[in-house]
Amino acid sequence: MSTTTTDLQDEIEKIDGHDSHDDHHHGPEPGLLRWVKTTNHKDIGTLYIWFAFSMLLIGGAFAMVIRAELFQPGLQLVEPQFFNQMTTLHGLIMVFGAIMPAFVGLANWQIPLMIGAKDMALPRMNNWSFWILPFAGTMLLSTLFMQGGGPAFGWTFYAPLSTTFAPESTDFFIFAVHMLGFSSIMGAINVIATILNMRAPDMKLMDMPLFVWTWLITAFLLIAAMPVLAGAVTMMLTDRNFGTSFFDASGGGDPVMFQHIFWFFGHPEVYIMILPAFGIVSQIIPTFARKPLFGYSSMVYATAAIALLSFVVWGHHMFLVGMPIAGQLYFMYATILISVPTGVKVFNWVTTMWRGSLSFETPMLWAVAFVILFTIGGLSGLMLGIAPADIQYHDTYFVVAHFHYVLVTGALFSIIAAVFYWLPMWCGRMYNEKLAVIHFWWAIISVNVLFFPQHFLGLAGMPRRIPDYSLQFADFNMISSIGGFAFGLSFIMLTYIIVDCIRNGKPVEGGRAWESARGLEWTQGEKAQYHSFDTPPSRATILAESSHISHEGQH
Amino acid sequence: MQSRPDYYIPSGSYWPILGSVGLFAMLGGFAGSLHGSIVGTIGLVLGLGMIIFMVFGWIGQVVHESENGYYNKEVDMSFRMGMGWFIFSEVMFFAAFFGALFYARQLSVPWLAGEGNNFWTGELLWPEFKSIWPLVAMPDPTNFSIPKGIIGAWELPAINTLLLLTSGATLTWAHWALMNKNRNQLIAGLMITIVLGITFLGLQIEEYYLAYTTLDLKLSSGIYGSTFFMLTGFHGFHVTLGVIMLIVILMRCIRGHFNMDRHFGFEAVAWYWHFVDVVWLGLFVVVYWL
Ligand code: HEM
Ligand SMILES: [Cu+2]
Repeated sequence: MSTTTTDLQDEIEKIDGHDSHDDHHHGPEPGLLRWVKTTNHKDIGTLYIWFAFSMLLIGGAFAMVIRAELFQPGLQLVEPQFFNQMTTLHGLIMVFGAIMPAFVGLANWQIPLMIGAKDMALPRMNNWSFWILPFAGTMLLSTLFMQGGGPAFGWTFYAPLSTTFAPESTDFFIFAVHMLGFSSIMGAINVIATILNMRAPDMKLMDMPLFVWTWLITAFLLIAAMPVLAGAVTMMLTDRNFGTSFFDASGGGDPVMFQHIFWFFGHPEVYIMILPAFGIVSQIIPTFARKPLFGYSSMVYATAAIALLSFVVWGHHMFLVGMPIAGQLYFMYATILISVPTGVKVFNWVTTMWRGSLSFETPMLWAVAFVILFTIGGLSGLMLGIAPADIQYHDTYFVVAHFHYVLVTGALFSIIAAVFYWLPMWCGRMYNEKLAVIHFWWAIISVNVLFFPQHFLGLAGMPRRIPDYSLQFADFNMISSIGGFAFGLSFIMLTYIIVDCIRNGKPVEGGRAWESARGLEWTQGEKAQYHSFDTPPSRATILAESSHISHEGQH
Repeated sequence: MQSRPDYYIPSGSYWPILGSVGLFAMLGGFAGSLHGSIVGTIGLVLGLGMIIFMVFGWIGQVVHESENGYYNKEVDMSFRMGMGWFIFSEVMFFAAFFGALFYARQLSVPWLAGEGNNFWTGELLWPEFKSIWPLVAMPDPTNFSIPKGIIGAWELPAINTLLLLTSGATLTWAHWALMNKNRNQLIAGLMITIVLGITFLGLQIEEYYLAYTTLDLKLSSGIYGSTFFMLTGFHGFHVTLGVIMLIVILMRCIRGHFNMDRHFGFEAVAWYWHFVDVVWLGLFVVVYWL
């Protein structure tokens, strides 16, 4: 540290009379309060990830209720009303409680490390972004115990189901959404400020790793889309309690307007949940293919193109609610257009692997599974995007299969891949590879048993969001439920592997868990230090650690 | 590069957790009070108190740190980006309500009256209904408050427009003063801006009073009342926040905070004020005028 800095800090202490300058040279504060007060990006990242994981287990438990009820036709275990509460809260918890916070957690851990920054740009606000979540989650879950039960109108909470016909607890749901949105917006602002302002001075934008790029664009999507959701729930609130008629046709409003506003948020939201996943996979594949990422700049442009297009395709969720034919055509073509940049990405991942010296450690297994299974989800999306075909598919299990392929085997699998990839760096220890591979195969088989048959169910006409179904759907539902239980159980094993790694894992020697991994995050020594880059890395280091430029002829 | 290691990372803080508990109590309490729970109302009040305490405490600490030279240029830049993107998120929040107004006026109301291929919608649901904006006769008036009239653009709203535009100018005048080290002009400029802002709010209250008492124009006056009060009310709420922030800035100026090249707090509030100004112009045109 330069003399001027030390002088300045001495000065500050003199003025201040107490030691309130940054705890830069100390480790973490002892005791549990550390986690409450922390401004450290790694602490906050850890909090986010554990929070997301516990929400994943709660949302997963709800899914088990759903699959148990659907194991056989007829009403077996739960009341239809409770079944609907389970589907609703399962969706909400998974989207807002598990996937989004998990990605923010990864952003917190990784972005400062990957751009050579000292911490996040606004560390105190970072803490607040996290600590709103447990309270919002509690408020959301508490609705289940209220009079009239929890929200039962689906995660899309269409009016008038969510206004005129909803239980009292809906107002708590509304405020929970407000809090979740507020947290996301603050988190996104922090990510943008960090990337644009805290980057090592010698790192140009086009030097940034793809995970950083995808998060930059995701943060933009969040800031643009979440407030619209806040607007939607605010109008719901006033329609419910203060006599407005935004979504009430008898007063001149329109319930369909709710759907437009919701999906104007909703479609960008699905890209919020997938763009960081694209980033993760783009970090992992080059490492285990031992080749630089193919088509780096096209990846950046494709991400930006997807993000911009995502704001103008929302109507594909509404083909059946009544829309002028020109509107249907427009939304159909625009939707299909998105598959072009998405195709560019898949092409680049495959080409990165092409003729690489591949090895299949656990993170790579998950990344490859992502590429294959996400593509299946993308292709079913393409089918759904065709307006005339969607007349058949809409609101059936085919849609359920589609979004679970993109969200579970897409977003969630990328998160698991990221955890296996970076965990050895986070805690300086290696997980048990053998168990992890067994877990991978268990999960990958069961998840396909769970979701693949749902395509057939949907094509045969089984509607979504129902607790009972007619007999011809029985076999596939039973298969799907068996897959579901097996997939659910696999998370117990995952928990064991991770806890075992943190407590008993073999120390990673030399700090680089994967011999061909590149990236500034691997230059931090044996184990990530409590504080990140004190002095920014040099241009030479940045280039040497780039995972997308060729290093041939060096070394 | 030299300055990077100086980037100030604050040590642990209790403000965020206080803010979270406050938000939880305030919003949960509000939801409870909507259903007649006394505990809810108490929670609402306590939570609001906590939030106010948190905001002032937190910002107070930031001001303290700033005045004691903890912040370098990069920290300043982070704050600027933070504020800029926050304002952008607010723009999108307003966009949802503007979008609702647009949709109702241009699409759903004409459709309800049978426009386009919706002939049978009008015929079967409410055959009497005509699409006329401002919509004072709802499709089914039974549950709504029928307005006797609406607020014309060239009455109070025009005066309010003038007030806000002037306040934007006086704020810029104060900013110049800051740059030219003219303290008296700075303080005068801020004071005038605040007075204009408060007058705006006063007239807005007057307008609401008029609407509710003599015109019967209420939140429950169908889609017209809904969009009218939602947009102007949400805007008024922002003006209120803006005035409070301006008062804080005024007090800081009186205490001699800020100088030519370090006055982010001032600028942030100025940006916010101009943003509120621009939103008003949009409101004036699409809510009152057209
Ligand atoms: C290749 C790009 C994609 C296309 C063309 C596409 C298309 C569609 C269409 C047309 C629907 C509406 C189906 C219906 O309700 O009838 C839909 C639903 C859905 N998609 Fe996608 N999609 C794509 C990618 C994604 C991704 C990446 C995600 C999330 C990570 C996603 C998540 C969802 C979800 C959650 C729904 C269901 C919403 C609901 O509950 O109704 N999709 N998709
Ligand atoms: Cu979509």
